[in-house]
Formats: sequence, C-alpha cells, structure tokens
Amino acid sequence: MEAQAGAVGPAAPFLRIRGLGKRFGGFTALERVDLEIGLGEFVAFLGPSGCGKTTLLRAICGLDPPSEGTVEQGGRDVTGLPVSARDFGIVFQSYALFPNLTIRANVGYGLAATGRPKAEIARRVDELLELVGLTDQAEKHPAQLSGGQQQRVALARALALRPALLLLDEPLSALDARVRARLRGEIRDLQRRLGITTIMVTHDQEEALTMADRIVVMNHGRIEQVGTPDEVYARPATAFVADFIGRMNFLEGRLLAADRVEVDGAELLFEPPLELGPGARVTVCLRPEDVVVREVDRRPANRLGAVVGVMEFIGNHFQTTLHVPGTGLDISADLSINAVRDLGIGPGRTISICLPPDRLRVFPEPPRPS
Amino acid sequence: MATASRPLAASAPLSEAAARPVRQALSRDDLVMRAGLVLVALWLAISIVLPVWALLEKAFEGSEGEFVGLAHFEAYLASPALSISLRNSILVAGLSTVICVTLAFGYAWALTRTCIPAKGLFKALAAVPILAPSLLPAIALVYLFGNQGLARWALLGHSIYGPIGIVIGEVFWTFPHALIIVTTALATADARLYEAAAALKASRARIFWTVTLPGARYGLVSATFVVFTLVITDFGVPKVIGGSFNVLAVDVYKQVVGQQNFQMGAVVGLVLLLPALLSFAVDRLAQRRQAALLTARAVPLEPKADPLVDRLALSFCSLVAAAILVILGTAIFASLATYWPYDLTPSFRNYDFDNMDGGGWESYRNSLEMASLTALFGTAIVFTGAWLVEKTRRFAAIRGLVQLLALLPLAIPGLVLGLGYIFFFVEPDNPFHFLYGSMAILVVCTIVHFYSVAHLTAVTALKQLDPEFESVSASLKVPLWRTFCRVTVPVCLPAILDIALYLFVNAMTTVSAVVFLYSPRTQLASIAVLNMDDAGDIAPAAAMAVMIFLTSAMVRGLYGLATRGLLASAQAWRRR
Amino acid sequence: MTAPDHLVRIVLVATTALLVGTRASQAATELTVYTALEADQLKAYQQAFEKANPDVKLRWVRDSTGIVTAKLLAEKANPQADVVMGLAATSLMLLDGEGLLLPYAPEGLGKVKPTMRDPADPPKWVGMDVWSSAFCFNTVEAGKRGLKAPTSWADLTDTAYKGQITMPNPASSGTGFLMVSAWLQTMGEEKGWGYMDALHQNIAAYTHSGSKPCRQAGAGEYVIGLSFEYRANKTKKDGAPIEVILPKEGLGWDMEATGIVKTTKKLEAAKKLADWAISEEANRLYAQNFAIVALPGIASRLEHVKGDVEAMLIRNDFAWAAANRERILAEWSKRYDGKSEPRS
Repeated sequence: MEAQAGAVGPAAPFLRIRGLGKRFGGFTALERVDLEIGLGEFVAFLGPSGCGKTTLLRAICGLDPPSEGTVEQGGRDVTGLPVSARDFGIVFQSYALFPNLTIRANVGYGLAATGRPKAEIARRVDELLELVGLTDQAEKHPAQLSGGQQQRVALARALALRPALLLLDEPLSALDARVRARLRGEIRDLQRRLGITTIMVTHDQEEALTMADRIVVMNHGRIEQVGTPDEVYARPATAFVADFIGRMNFLEGRLLAADRVEVDGAELLFEPPLELGPGARVTVCLRPEDVVVREVDRRPANRLGAVVGVMEFIGNHFQTTLHVPGTGLDISADLSINAVRDLGIGPGRTISICLPPDRLRVFPEPPRPS
Repeated sequence: MATASRPLAASAPLSEAAARPVRQALSRDDLVMRAGLVLVALWLAISIVLPVWALLEKAFEGSEGEFVGLAHFEAYLASPALSISLRNSILVAGLSTVICVTLAFGYAWALTRTCIPAKGLFKALAAVPILAPSLLPAIALVYLFGNQGLARWALLGHSIYGPIGIVIGEVFWTFPHALIIVTTALATADARLYEAAAALKASRARIFWTVTLPGARYGLVSATFVVFTLVITDFGVPKVIGGSFNVLAVDVYKQVVGQQNFQMGAVVGLVLLLPALLSFAVDRLAQRRQAALLTARAVPLEPKADPLVDRLALSFCSLVAAAILVILGTAIFASLATYWPYDLTPSFRNYDFDNMDGGGWESYRNSLEMASLTALFGTAIVFTGAWLVEKTRRFAAIRGLVQLLALLPLAIPGLVLGLGYIFFFVEPDNPFHFLYGSMAILVVCTIVHFYSVAHLTAVTALKQLDPEFESVSASLKVPLWRTFCRVTVPVCLPAILDIALYLFVNAMTTVSAVVFLYSPRTQLASIAVLNMDDAGDIAPAAAMAVMIFLTSAMVRGLYGLATRGLLASAQAWRRR
Repeated sequence: MTAPDHLVRIVLVATTALLVGTRASQAATELTVYTALEADQLKAYQQAFEKANPDVKLRWVRDSTGIVTAKLLAEKANPQADVVMGLAATSLMLLDGEGLLLPYAPEGLGKVKPTMRDPADPPKWVGMDVWSSAFCFNTVEAGKRGLKAPTSWADLTDTAYKGQITMPNPASSGTGFLMVSAWLQTMGEEKGWGYMDALHQNIAAYTHSGSKPCRQAGAGEYVIGLSFEYRANKTKKDGAPIEVILPKEGLGWDMEATGIVKTTKKLEAAKKLADWAISEEANRLYAQNFAIVALPGIASRLEHVKGDVEAMLIRNDFAWAAANRERILAEWSKRYDGKSEPRS
C-alpha cells in the first residue's frame, strides 16, 4: 500500500476503496466493491434494505471491518486501523444521543475527552450549536427536543472534532416528511459550507437525488451504478437501477434490429442501438413523464394513437394508463395539467402520443417478474 | 461536480494486496474489554465450574479420594431410603407445583384481565413471601396447625408435620416466583385475538379456553418447571415442618452435615441436579416461544369491566392475599408472645437472640454485612460482566462462553452449589483455600447462586440502550470506560438498583447454599433460624425470620423511594 | 484474582467496621473450640474465661453431639479445631481412639474426681459435668387428655401415650445416645432393643437435638419430651407448665469433657482453656446448670429437678459405650429411622 501512498496528489481521490468484501459465514453481504470518492464530495449509497449499503459504510469506517479489501483515506491505508484511530464523524439513524446528558454535553462529548481547556471546549460547542441553530436548546436533554432538532444535535456532535469524513447512516429516515424535506437542504448546505467529504446511506431515492453529488446504487452487495443524480435517473445502467429510481414502464420486447424492438405488437425505434442479435428478448423501459403528447406530429418516430384510461389527479399532474389499440401495449403516463387542459384530454378519448427513441432504455434481459 | 465524470473502476482486476483478508488492529478499548471479559470468564469458571466439577468428582471417589466409579450410586440406589425420599420429593413437589401454579394463574389473571380495584396492593402483597426465608412459612404453620395451633381444627385430625405442611409452606414460598412468570405471560396478550374471538360471538368461557390459556401456555410451562425445581431442591420447609417425612433435599443435608458423608451427599446432589437441568432447558425453550408469540404489532389488551367476574376475581385475590398475610402475621404474633401457647402477653423475650442457639444478634449483623457486600460486589460484577458480554467487539467464543456460564447457575440448585463449594474450597492445596470459612466465600457463593437472573436483568437493560453508543464514542475517540461511566451506568441505574435489591433480599433470606459454608464467625440470620428451630427454640426462630423479613421489606421500601427519587430527578431526560 | 480478593477483604473489613462499629482488637489469640454445650451456657463460660485470659478469644463451633463428633472425625486429616470443650466423654474417647487428642494434665487435675477424667496419665480428656436424662411432662396437656404422669422408663410404653412422646435421635444427640446406651446397659442388649421397639410405637418424632423434646413438651406440642435435666429445669424456669420427672429405674448419663486437639498451633492458649475448664470458677458456673460437676463439694441442686440425681445415675461403662457407639447407632437407624426428624 505504501507504494500507492506516495502517488497521492491533488487529483487523487480522498477515499479509495478496493475489493472491499464482507462475508458472514456463507452469506456474502458485500462483494468486492471498488469505489473512489473525491475530497469534499457528497456521495449517497442508495439501495433497498439489505443491499449492503450500510455494511459498506460500516466497513469503510471500521465499525464492522471488511473481510477483504482495502480502504485508503487521505492516501493512508486505514483498513486495519481500529475505529478510534480513524478520522470520521458519524450520525446514526437513531442519532444515538446520550439521553442523560444535556445537548451541550452531547455535542462536547468528544471534546471533553481530549483534555482541552474548558473554555476552549465551550467555545467550540457554542460554535457548533450555532452552526446547527440550537444555541437556545443547549441545556435541554435530547428527549425534550423534536426529532429534527435531535438530528442536528447528532450532526453537531459528529462534527465536533472536525473530522475529514462525515458518515450519515439513514440520517433522515426517522423523521416525518416535512421535516425531512427541510433538513435535506440544511444538511446539504452545511456540507457545502464545511466542504467535508460526506457519505450518506439512504434507501430514499428522492433524498439521494436531491442531496448527493454522486449516487452509488447498490443491490445484493454489489454496486449497480455510480453516477450523478442526473445520470442515474436519465441513463440507468441496469434494469435494477431503472426500476429502483423513479417510476418506470417495464415492457417485454423482442429485438427486431439493433435499434428496433417489437413490444406487444407495436414496433418501436430506440437509440443508442444495442449490440445484440435480432430476436433477443429485451426489457424496454420508459419513464411515465417521458410520454410526449404535445406537438406529436413534429416527431417522426414512435408515433402511436392511444386511448386514455382512468385519470388520477396526483396534485401537480395526472397519472393515467394509455392503451394502444391493435396492440397489447399499455403504458403508464404522467400528463401535465397544462397538457390535459390544452389538449382536452379525458378518459376514453383517443390521443396521439410519441415515445421518444432517446428516452427508451433497452436492456438485454427479460423483465423480472414483479 | 469535478468527480462526477470520473470513470468507475468497476470489476477491474484487483490488486493482490486488496484480496488479502483484513485483520483490524485492536484498539485499547478492545484490549481492555477483552481482558475484562477473560477475567469475568475466569471468575465464573472458579466460582461455578470448578466447584460443580468438584462435586461431580466427589460422587465418584471413595473416602480416601480413590476413584470408585458408580459404587456410591449403587449403594444409594440399593438403600430403600432413596426410593422413599424420591417418591416423597416428587409427591410434594408435584402437589405444590399444581396448587401454586393454579393459584398464581388465577391471581395473575385477575390482575391482568379484570378490573378489580387495588391491583397495586395485591401485587405488593403477593411479593411478600420473597422477602422472607422459606423457613418463615414453615414456622408459622407450626403455630397455625401444630398440635397447639390456632387453626388445628382445619386439618381434621391430620398432622401438619409431613406432606401437608411441606406443601402449604412451599406454595407460600414459591407463589411470587410463579406469579411473576405467569403475569408476564398474560400481560403480553394481543387484544386483536380477543376482539376477533368476541366478534365471532365466542362465549367468555370459550375465549378463556381457546385464547387465554393457549396464549399463556409457555408461561405456565415455565412456571411449572421453575416451581417444581424450587420445591424439590428446597430444604428449609421440609426441615422445619417435614417431621419424619424424608425428602431428597434433606437427605443431602443429613448426609453431609449430619454424617459428614460428603461422597453420598454429592450423589444425592447430582440426583437433584437432574430436575433443575431439565427445568432450565424447558424454561429457556418456553421463553423463546413466548417471546415469539407476541408480534411487534400486537395491541395490548385493556381489560373490560364485568361486575360478576370482577367480584369473583376480587374475592379470589383477597383470599390468597389474606392467606399470605395470615401466615406472615402468625409468625410475627408468635415471635412476640412471651411463652406460646400459655402466656401470650407480648414481649420481646424471643428477640433476645444472644441467649439462644444460632449465633445471636451477631448472626443478624453478619447477614446484613453479607447481603450488603453481595449487593455491592454482585451488582458491580454482574453489570460490568453483562456489559462486556454485550459490548465487546468480535471475540465471539469468549463472549459466548461467558454468556453460557452466566446462565449456568439457573440450572444449579443452591444446595448443589453449596456442596460444590465445600468440596472445592476445603482442599488445603487449592490456592483459594484461604477463603474457606470466610465471609468472602459466602458473598461469592451468594453472588453466583443468584447470578443468572441478575445477569439477564442487566442484559435486558443493556439491550434497550442504543447499540451505537459505543460506535459513537469510538468515532469521537472517547475511551469506552468513560462512556460506560458517564452514559451506560446512569441510564441503566434503575436496572442496577433492581439487581442490587434482588441480590440483597436473596442474600438475606437464602439458606440452601450457605448452610454448608458458614463458619462460627460468619453465622447468618437465616441459618440461625434453622438452628434455633433445631434446638426447639421455635419462637426465637420465628423472631429471627421476622427480623429478616422486616429488613428485606425495609430495604425494598428504601429501593422504592430511591427509584422514585431517581425517576423524578431523571424526569428531565426520561420524559418530554 | 488476588487483587480483587484483596479488595474484597479490604471492603469486607471496612464494611464490617461500618456495620458493627469497632470490634474487639484482633491482637488476642483466637481459639477455635468445637462444642456441643447449650448456647445459653456458652455465653457465661466465654465471658468468665475471657475475663481471666484477656489474651485469648474463643470462637465456638456449636452443634449437637453427633454432628460435632462426625465433623471432628471427617476433619481428622486436617483438623480445624484447637480444643474440644463440652462434648460427650464417649465421643472424646472415640476421638482419642483415632489419636486426635493431646495428652495434657491441666493445672489442678489432682482435685478432679477420679471418675470424671480419662484414667490415662496424663489424661487425654477431663470431665466438666454430668448430664443425665429427664422427662419433661406437660401437665396442662396431660390434664386435657387425662394422662397420668409417667414415673419410669417402663411407663412410657403404655399405649395411652401413643403419639405423645418425643425423644432425641441418638445419632445426632448425645442426650439421645446416653438414653439408648443406658437402656442397653441396664436391660441387656436383647431386652433393651425390645423396650425400644415398644417405645417406638408411642414416639411421635425423633428430634435432632436433645433440647427440642423438652421445648416441645413445654409448648404443649407433645405431652412428654425425653430430654436432660438442665433443659428441663430451664424450660420450667421459662414458664412452661411442665413437671420434671426422673425415671425411677435410673438415669442415663454422660460427661461433658474437654480435650486439646493434637494438631493445634495455639497450644499455649489451648492449655489455658483446658486449665480454666477444671478451675473452681468454671465448676461453679457448671454447677448453675448441672447437679454434678468435676470438682467435689461444688454440687448444687437444680430448682425444679426433684430427687437426688447423683444417686439415680446408672453404672455407666463409657468404654463399652464408646466402643459400641457405631454399631448401636447403625442398628438404631435401621430400626427407627423412619420417624426421625431431618438431619439425623
């Protein structure tokens, strides 16, 4: 490892994870994960429960050491170091605040053990409390605070020793929806301001999409895709990612040509082309919001007539199912209120739709039964 | 977003180094905790495993220490005394168990499923027997139903000295134990089952047989085995009121203390170990099943008022509580009578222990000392041990071992433990021989005797803590002992007090293990009760038993005040 | 583990001081004395001895005769006792047979009645006092049942007394053994066992201790308790409605005696106790409890025991009793153990 340690320059990643694996008896919780995280980056580990994202987080920081692989932090191999010899702060889903200590004592818990002068500790605690906006709650106990406030106490405590790495394990999942939405922004702002490299584990795609610079989508102990929220959403690398992030039409199809697929009797063009022989069974994915209903006649490809099914008003749009007559094709679509009003769309009406070829994602595998 | 486009080295060939298994270096916390855990394991090995092993050995060796195989067992099996004692033991244990568990079930049912008033009072009264040595009910029964008893007529000419007395005494003494188990089982009922049954128009009786009883079945099984074991291994009650009705537990005592025949005592001790081991296994199994019965979504049952049922339940509870009070009251009354039954003017003559057999007031002071030390050291050892088992990272083999050893005393009757202790510590070449005859050996033995329940209490309390406290302190570079002192102990203080009280009260009342271990300088109050009864000084024996009861009750009261004060001061962080 | 144990002992001492206040200084030599004396007698003996010998403290290990004997025999490889005081002479002879006793002639041995010491010179044990059997007869309960007071051993086999008599188990109680020994010596083995078979029919329970039968009779639990004169006297003094009866055929008896355990490491202190045990002061204390003591001329009369105890004692062959003790007890247990109280 020493050989690589010398190679760390400004461009080198802050955290370099190689071949990280974790087994519990015969069960593989983590399968040789490789990942690099840059200095100051905010990365979200996203995936369903049991996908290994928390295992990965705990393996990175040594709380549950990995079975194999290496972790380098700031150019130093930390794989074999005990937790207390590492440099990170962590916020747990439960916050793990010490219930018998005041907020002040909680935030200053790590500082008090360093033997620094009391006045200095008090100054730092004040600073942190101000940072998270809890100055007036300092003398209360955790149980007297709201969930959101507790969350911020945990954050302040984790930041107290100015760690180089901040780990957030499902930090918002214990909160109700409105508080969660507000805290997302707050945490993101704080992270930007401090410039601290941050890893957040979450099962909530919205959280990942709104907060992270990059998302690591995980499944079955493996990384499915790493990319910006944009990339992951718009260009899912696998059917799993496509399914897990956002809503998606999953259609079973048969390849006719490299850029042409037959789905339930309808023939659709897609791009980019797929390097597979004709006749191969594929999965065709399309986001409901990508179904085009306006100015359809200006689009040459994948123009279809469709009968509007039951329309559900969701608040800022309508959800509906479109049936393409003469085929077995049923497509979920999100229609903007605007479009519905302008085009006079209603249940039972037949409309023209377009499925843009660059919006169709075709994966060389049959859809999973769901 | 500079990093966004960095290519991912997904499934690229790994460096050889990366595939090497990871071995995390141990932090100082890890080392300290492992060392602590090893110490706890050693302590348990010396205080449990080796003495029990010494007992096993003893059963197979001759008077000169030579191996004799099963000779003692053959000799014992050949003597008619065994079959009589065994039959007697099973008879009284069986009868006591049936009666005790039935009463406990009724009482628990009334407390959990009806709307009777004064449930708190009834609960408190039912706990009374725990505060007294098992000898107290036996002595009280002499005064109630003996040849000069207040209610001799109630026995219709039968003698209290024998199975009748033993069974009544044992039921009194084991009642709270059964009640706790059955109450827990009934308290975990799921209201939805009852609503469903009621919606199907099932009658109350039908609901009882099809929902209530099956729901509590594991609790009942568990209570049955626990009570059976307690009774078959208790010798306080049969010793005092058994008359010529021999039972196994008394046989051990006769062999060891009466005839100083350690080998034969060991043999009978092993026989007594069997029901205890069986009970232990069944109890573990039943508890696992009972826990599984209660799903996370279960809705707690709120009893509904029903005038007729409530009135019946109230009468039943009143009867049981009255019986408990009568027995306790008789002991107090008899201890205050100047010369039973001819001079009932109250006096404290029977409290003049210094002129009686049994060690006098010093034995009472010794008991206080022993109970205090047991509570002090026992709580510290048990709680720290439980914490180490729960919180030491990895080190699974030793953790598992300690956990197993900590539960072992549950399967070892006090009598057997006490025997093991003599055999182990009496050996002059044992490095711990100096403990023999000291107060320390009584303290150690008593801590171990009651280790399991205390350990389980501590583990339960620790499991309720956030599992990440230790992770947080490690990430904050705070040594774990600091978190242990600043957070774990304060938060678990109610459980810690529970453990201390449990150890104190049991140390005050216990007879079975320490009876083999006391020395003239460490006479104990509970032993004094036994010895005074032996010498025929029954009233002073009752007086000493009452002293033990009052002390336990007082400490129990102090505990109540302490926890209330504690909860009030902790109000700030416990409640919103 | 030594560090924690040290800690245990430190806290032990601290807590002891806390709980009990200051205890007597530990500078004095502490003698471990095995005894079967009654607890209510021990206090007075201890006080008097410790007053005369302030540098020695006594620690009693008290139990009934049978148990103390068994304990001493069981510990013979590693004796814990320094002195045996107030144990039946038959038991001391047994211990002597095992070579456990140190020959020692206490100061003033010459004054002791020759019948009340080991004939060997120097003696292995010296007697203190004589205790003998007596009935405790509850007059109130007898009145209720219309029972006449028994006057002889023979009377006890009357079926009228069925279930109303308790006696000590000879295996555990010296008082029990001296009765059995007396019956076998005075009636002869065969008739003696026959008598006990008949008596057994009337016995309600064989108690562990020699005191309990009298205590029980005193409390009206049973009408007749076969016990010994000291306990009978004391029970009556305590207020029990009993009559103390000396059976006319003669009284079984034994001596309470003192001997030094050979292995003692505190020989000087042990000798002091042995000396004191035959002193006039000690004998006067014995005399408060017993009619017959080791020194001549100190005999007393017990307030409630009517009759000349000394004259009613049977001729007692201690050597025979000691030699046959084990056999007699085995036979007894075989015949009557069923009605024994626990711990026999």
